[in-house]
Amino acid sequence: MRIDFQINGDDISIEVDPAKPLLWVLREDLGLTGTKYGCGVAACGACTVHLDGEAKRCCVLPAEAVAGRAVTTIEGLAAKGEPHRVQQAWIDARVPQCGYCQSGMIMAAASLLAKTANPTDAEIDAAITNICRCGTYPRVRAAIRALSEAV
Amino acid sequence: MRRRSFLIGSAVIAGGLAVGYRAWSQSFERNAVDLVAGEGEHLLAGWIRIGTDDTVTVQIPHVDMGQGIYTALAMMAAEELDADWSTVRAERAPGEKAFANRFLARGWVTQGFDVPRFADRITDMVFTEAARFVNLQITGGSTAVRFTGQAGMRVVAAASRQMLVEAAARRWGVAPRQLTVRDGVVTDPSSGQTARFGTLAEEAARLSVPSNPRLKKRSEWRLVGTSPLRFDIPAKTDGTFGYGIDLQLPDMLHAAVRAAPVHGGRLLGVDTEPAKALPGVERVVPLERAVAVVAASWWQASRALDLLEPEFSADGITISTQADLERAQDEALESTEGETVVTLGNASEAFPSADASRRFDATYRVPYLHHAAMEPINATMQFADGVLTFWGGEQDALGTKARLLELSGLAASKVVVHGLPAGGSFGRRIAPSADYLDHLVPIARAMAPRPVKLILSREEEFTHGAYRPALAAQMTAALDADGMPTAWMQRYLNGPTRNEAFHIPYSIPSQEIASIDFATHVQTGTWRSVAHTQHAFWTESFIDELAHASGRDPLDYRRMLLPEGSRARRVLEIAAERAGWGEALPPGSGRGIALAESYGTWVAEVVEVSLGEDSMPRIHRVVAAVDCGGLVHPDTALQQVEGGIIMGLSAALREKITLEDGAVAQTNFPDYPVLRLPETPKIEVHFLESDGPWGGLGEPGVPPAAPALANALFAATGRRIRRLPIIDALSGEGGRA
Repeated sequence: MRIDFQINGDDISIEVDPAKPLLWVLREDLGLTGTKYGCGVAACGACTVHLDGEAKRCCVLPAEAVAGRAVTTIEGLAAKGEPHRVQQAWIDARVPQCGYCQSGMIMAAASLLAKTANPTDAEIDAAITNICRCGTYPRVRAAIRALSEAV
Repeated sequence: MRRRSFLIGSAVIAGGLAVGYRAWSQSFERNAVDLVAGEGEHLLAGWIRIGTDDTVTVQIPHVDMGQGIYTALAMMAAEELDADWSTVRAERAPGEKAFANRFLARGWVTQGFDVPRFADRITDMVFTEAARFVNLQITGGSTAVRFTGQAGMRVVAAASRQMLVEAAARRWGVAPRQLTVRDGVVTDPSSGQTARFGTLAEEAARLSVPSNPRLKKRSEWRLVGTSPLRFDIPAKTDGTFGYGIDLQLPDMLHAAVRAAPVHGGRLLGVDTEPAKALPGVERVVPLERAVAVVAASWWQASRALDLLEPEFSADGITISTQADLERAQDEALESTEGETVVTLGNASEAFPSADASRRFDATYRVPYLHHAAMEPINATMQFADGVLTFWGGEQDALGTKARLLELSGLAASKVVVHGLPAGGSFGRRIAPSADYLDHLVPIARAMAPRPVKLILSREEEFTHGAYRPALAAQMTAALDADGMPTAWMQRYLNGPTRNEAFHIPYSIPSQEIASIDFATHVQTGTWRSVAHTQHAFWTESFIDELAHASGRDPLDYRRMLLPEGSRARRVLEIAAERAGWGEALPPGSGRGIALAESYGTWVAEVVEVSLGEDSMPRIHRVVAAVDCGGLVHPDTALQQVEGGIIMGLSAALREKITLEDGAVAQTNFPDYPVLRLPETPKIEVHFLESDGPWGGLGEPGVPPAAPALANALFAATGRRIRRLPIIDALSGEGGRA
């Protein structure tokens, strides 16, 4: 099936099995490997992207569901050359350890902050349910806090 | 060992200097040259290269799985070199014999240990001609900084610096001792002449390597002890950091496998037709213990695999259910088997004379635990032109190579291992428990010459892990009239990893500690901090029970049993003080404390907890005090301890792998809940510098977390936790306590 959608600001049209999850379309068909496979059941958040600006776990999102919509991945978060402010906050707070979950964490945090400039702890808790096995959670919270305080 | 015996001669490498340690025969050095040296480079087994462009390249014989050692080890080298940090790079050393990590082995040996059992197989299989301890290239045992860094990087760098200074001295006709070095520049203060490392490298390479280079004193360090941005962090925020799972090779195929649900089971048969009908499927490969589908993409392979209904045997099943497991544990504990590992005084005589009311017994149990690293297990392999090439994030490159030699039957020169960074591992990806390599070798052979990337689905990975073994311990103590212990007896089950961590830190006059080997058909391996996880739980829970039984404060009780001024007592006191031990808490809340040494580092943790309205624990705050001797990169050290505490709390609170019909019941994160951000407490870590030998940091944060939490719950609720995970103990699930 031919599916037209927008990826990181570019319009594309690809021939793909409509049932193939967006995660695997990104990784296997578009070479965008920054979005990670973690669990395949939308439980861990490693595959979080933005769908029309909203955080979405794409390992269970069939390709056909993105037809006509805009997808942003970690590769498309930054404006040309400059890290996105969430990415910069992640560097400043020295968040990553193994780093595998961090694409998803950053996409979840960017979506939260785009909607809620100054989130409460409860709002952070509700929005950031991604799994990080290295235990970077205190720094994830600190990085989000630093961005909200900067508002 | 004299330094001369392992520092290697310098080498001209296309106009640069390379210094490393000696491999133990000329042929190995030649092997190293073939592997990593480029055109015109004729000797390179080294860890540090200095190019004529001033670039300092440090080769790291460990895998980066999140612990920041590339940066830390490069810093240790740059410090001794007095290099300009902005010119320093780190790269992975090839997984070859010439890069075997002798310093790791030396660390173990000089600590008086044998090589750990999990490494035995590696040395036995391939390197029998060499001494048993010289062939390791392992990331494990929290060893990178304290062994590779202290015994290796610093010495090699100091030797290189001395050679660069000597080269400048000869050029200028002055005495080396009048020269100074800073930021990669050698200066003669008397004449004002300067020379950058790059301009000296070629001359330095012609000099002989000093046999005993002077190392800097701690007071002279400028870089070590600071926290420059880790090399890997920027690429870990923009999706460009390449893990094994991201590897793309020309013409690559993708494989998915399903293995026998009961570990050790065999494939009896499978109808391959349903999978073959799907688009993209190249082949269905029946294996000894699994079936694989190979396709143009992993999604296609995985979907096709779901259509298969393979039949597996349950060979070798030893236990079917949790009840069977406990029965087997009890039988082992009550048997007369076992090896006495500690005997002090006369513990068995201390008991008959003791008043029965002063005798205390308790049995503790811990479950199987899964690593659940965020990057699912994957590996890529290609058979082409008689050579097997492997790409993967295994923690032990040489052990992986050894296993591949065994599985493929190829000669060592025909197997090439490329180490890649891992998205977590925590002890999982070590050759002896890398069963997925057994699957991949025949798959890749079948698809030769095309490369094949195998990814385990999260479900496959959960059900075929290398779990922390499920174990138990029986503890008995006798108390004197003041409530202090006079005798401590312990019988514990020991998994198939090395017997470690059984010493107790407390001065108790009579001790008898016995280890009983315990294994089932369930695959087990090394889980972050290995045997320290369970030993800290039962030792620190039981000492807490004794304190309460004596009506004493658990902190004071421990202090009385620890020598004044000891590292153990110091971390305990500092953690307690910073946590406000003894200060009032809201009703229903409690504080617990625990202490553990692992890998040369002392850690005490204080946990504050209460029960929520759902009667489940809420962890509010953890305060840790850590004495690991010294710190290379304080921020990375902090990350490691924070992460260790979180992993320890996560395991203690909810994690367990259980069995149904002999197979693992948990298949994914929804039925193996791990700690997430909302439940993560405030964590404060206090590092105490000491003159003690440097310890590791990747693991030591883990062990005290479980007992500190359990002890805090006792303080909050009066309920003693003797079985993990805690939610089972609180809800009464998971059998008798």
